[in-house]
Amino acid sequence: MAVKQVRYTALLVLGLLVPATGALAQGVGPQAEPEWSLPVHDDVTHGQLLMDRFEYQDGDDEDVFAWEGQAWWGGDTHRLIVDSEGEALVSGGDGGDVESFDVQYGYGVSAYWRAKAGLGYQTTFGPGPDRDRASAVVGFEGLAPYWFEVDTGLRVSEDGDAVAEFEGEYDWLFTQRVILQGRAETSYAFSEVREFGVGEGVNGLTLGLRLRYELAREFAPYVGVRWQDQYGDTAELTRAEGEDTEKTSLVAGVRWWF
Amino acid sequence: MSNHQKPRPLSRRDILRTGSTMGLMLGLGSLLPGYALGLTGNRELTRRTEGNSDIYELTIDRTPLTIDGRRSVQPITVNGSVPAPLIRLREGREAVLRVTNRLDEPTSIHWHGILLPFEMDGVPGVSFPGIAPGETFEYRYPVRQSGTYWYHSHSGLQEQLGHYGPLIVDPEEPEPFEYDREYAVVLSDWTFNDPSEVMRNLKVAEGYYNYNRRTVSDFFEDVATMGWSAAWEKAGMWGRMRMTPRDILDVTGAEYTYLMNGMSPDDNWTGLFEPGEKVRLRVINASAMSIFDVRIPGLPMTVVEADGQKVEPVETDEFRIGVAETYDVIIEPQDEAYTLFAQSQDRSGFTRGTLAVREGMTAPVPELYPRTERGMAAMGMADHGSDGAMDHGSMDGMMHGNGDQPPVADRQISHGPDNHGAGAAMVAMNPGPRLDDPGVGFEHVEHRVLTYDQLRGLHAWPDEREPQREVELHLTGNMERYMWSFDGEKFSEVDGPIPFGYGERLRLILVNDTMMDHPIHLHGMWMELETGNDGYRPRKHTLLVKPGEMISAQITPEHKGDWAFHCHLLYHMKAGMFRVVSVQ
Repeated sequence: MAVKQVRYTALLVLGLLVPATGALAQGVGPQAEPEWSLPVHDDVTHGQLLMDRFEYQDGDDEDVFAWEGQAWWGGDTHRLIVDSEGEALVSGGDGGDVESFDVQYGYGVSAYWRAKAGLGYQTTFGPGPDRDRASAVVGFEGLAPYWFEVDTGLRVSEDGDAVAEFEGEYDWLFTQRVILQGRAETSYAFSEVREFGVGEGVNGLTLGLRLRYELAREFAPYVGVRWQDQYGDTAELTRAEGEDTEKTSLVAGVRWWF
Repeated sequence: MSNHQKPRPLSRRDILRTGSTMGLMLGLGSLLPGYALGLTGNRELTRRTEGNSDIYELTIDRTPLTIDGRRSVQPITVNGSVPAPLIRLREGREAVLRVTNRLDEPTSIHWHGILLPFEMDGVPGVSFPGIAPGETFEYRYPVRQSGTYWYHSHSGLQEQLGHYGPLIVDPEEPEPFEYDREYAVVLSDWTFNDPSEVMRNLKVAEGYYNYNRRTVSDFFEDVATMGWSAAWEKAGMWGRMRMTPRDILDVTGAEYTYLMNGMSPDDNWTGLFEPGEKVRLRVINASAMSIFDVRIPGLPMTVVEADGQKVEPVETDEFRIGVAETYDVIIEPQDEAYTLFAQSQDRSGFTRGTLAVREGMTAPVPELYPRTERGMAAMGMADHGSDGAMDHGSMDGMMHGNGDQPPVADRQISHGPDNHGAGAAMVAMNPGPRLDDPGVGFEHVEHRVLTYDQLRGLHAWPDEREPQREVELHLTGNMERYMWSFDGEKFSEVDGPIPFGYGERLRLILVNDTMMDHPIHLHGMWMELETGNDGYRPRKHTLLVKPGEMISAQITPEHKGDWAFHCHLLYHMKAGMFRVVSVQ
């Protein structure tokens, strides 16, 4: 029951953020008398908080805690969606960044695809001065043919810098509970943003392989490996700060939702 | 094959059944072998008689019970039991059923399969406002049919909480078959969790209860049997569609404990018989979500009724029973004990009982059939009839009885300009009737399995007009978001009811554009399933439509009013696979 309460509290908070989506519920069906209740209530709203990555990354020089997750609330067609991704150094330095905290409206455009549009927030903290910026975000998420989970977006910051982002996931089932998730992430910047270490062009590529065991659908510990490489101007900005552009780390974490 | 159609003298049981005074019923109640409490988990409700009325009192409440001997739970009970007590109505009399709601929420009872005035049909929001907490509602209707039916809540997800029971209507005329003893066999699925949590899991996590998904090793098994290119092509075809051939039931044995007359496999419901007796089993699938395959190893069964309506007796070894369907079978057990085995369609679990000469006996319990997956026919892409036995090249034989094609066999269908929109993840490309196909999961079975085309009404039905009008509805869904609908529109998205003309003759055509079987239930009127057995169509209240299948039924709306029409998978209905049919 405690889990349920936490969930409802979380959903309530989400609901308060943008109460408008609740009013988007569909029209009423043809009950025989206006004062009667409907025979079925098919426009009930649901919500979920899913942490796809919630992990410790053990790298060569530094260890990092990283997360990536989504919370949503709404019905089949209209949803409020919050996406967030980021990391914080645990050892080998301090600081970190919230790569995204996007609050978006999602609309189910087809059976497998949802269009998203909203506002995003990014920040980096320590060492040095904290920086943050807001942006407008649009994108699509859904299930592509051959079972690829895809999340794409175009982010335009308050300064007019634009970045296209792409992320794909694929699950291989070894058993009903042992699942290997492969993921790939890349982005393309249309302009350089030196403060965020972003150069123009393809920034880099992050690949991951995570093997999870679904103790329950809601709770799946995993281990895996993460490999990241940077390219072009971005790589040069990183090298200028004296850091490696290529990083490989072992990861351990839990995929969870409620 | 036995075929008992001759009239016969009244048996001892007939006399018991027609006992008209309360004293007789109460006095002999404890002698009734069929419904003794503890033996069957089925209790018969006593009735009071006043003039031409049979009066029954029902109280709906929460009652602590132990299910599967494991935990005490709080199911919704009728007069204290799950299943609800067996109600015996009598054809030709008036039924008066007073239902008192002791729950803290509104409730209802729908008399499933009974044709009655629409105000008595018991669907909140369609036929009446529902029964408020503390209120008593009196159902009163003339009983003009006989057979095996059932009753259940039509409010929210209450059915999943135990609110269902058997309903038998004793006929005025003697049955055209003989039997010495009878049992109601109520199959159901029980969850120890809150049904609204089950609904949420289905909504937020596709495949939540499916622990039979395809794995990497399944792919390599395909490679071993089919070769690389065929295995790759098969995986690619399903992958392109983003469909899984392993998606057979939404809620599985991972969640459910399957019950027979309220008892789990370990509880072992037992029905007694004496060797040489003919036993009538009235099998009712009162599940929320579970399609069952029923058999008695070592014992053939003769099907005499489907959905309470007489069919020409047909002998079989196994039958599939969709949610809300009923089948009456007659068996002649000779040995001391038999297992009555009902496995879920996806082979994720089973329930069983024992038919035996005395209590405490068991017979070997068979293994579940191997898990299986759907083939091309499920996409509505293959030839009609997955076994390839049907020739659908000609229409001209349709008037000549058994073995001929239903009239929709060569029908061209349209999915509309947008293929039913976001609510439909797929459409059947070339759907057709597969009435001779027992469905997915019998691939390795060598004995007889009942199919719809084997059902032949015992009589021609009163209205012999050809249909004047056709109504085509598509069963649509999107597993990814757990949306279920007709023609891509959930109940909340449609503007008004489907109009049926009072007294008209129409053909209802159902096209299943999904990967799942759907038991489609029409309230208030019979659907005469067009099997090609012209004039001897089986008459049904619930039609189990296979994936990629198109079937049709002739209908004469005989009762004015608003009637519910829906998929009887509870969470599909809840997700919007529901319409109102208005007969004016």
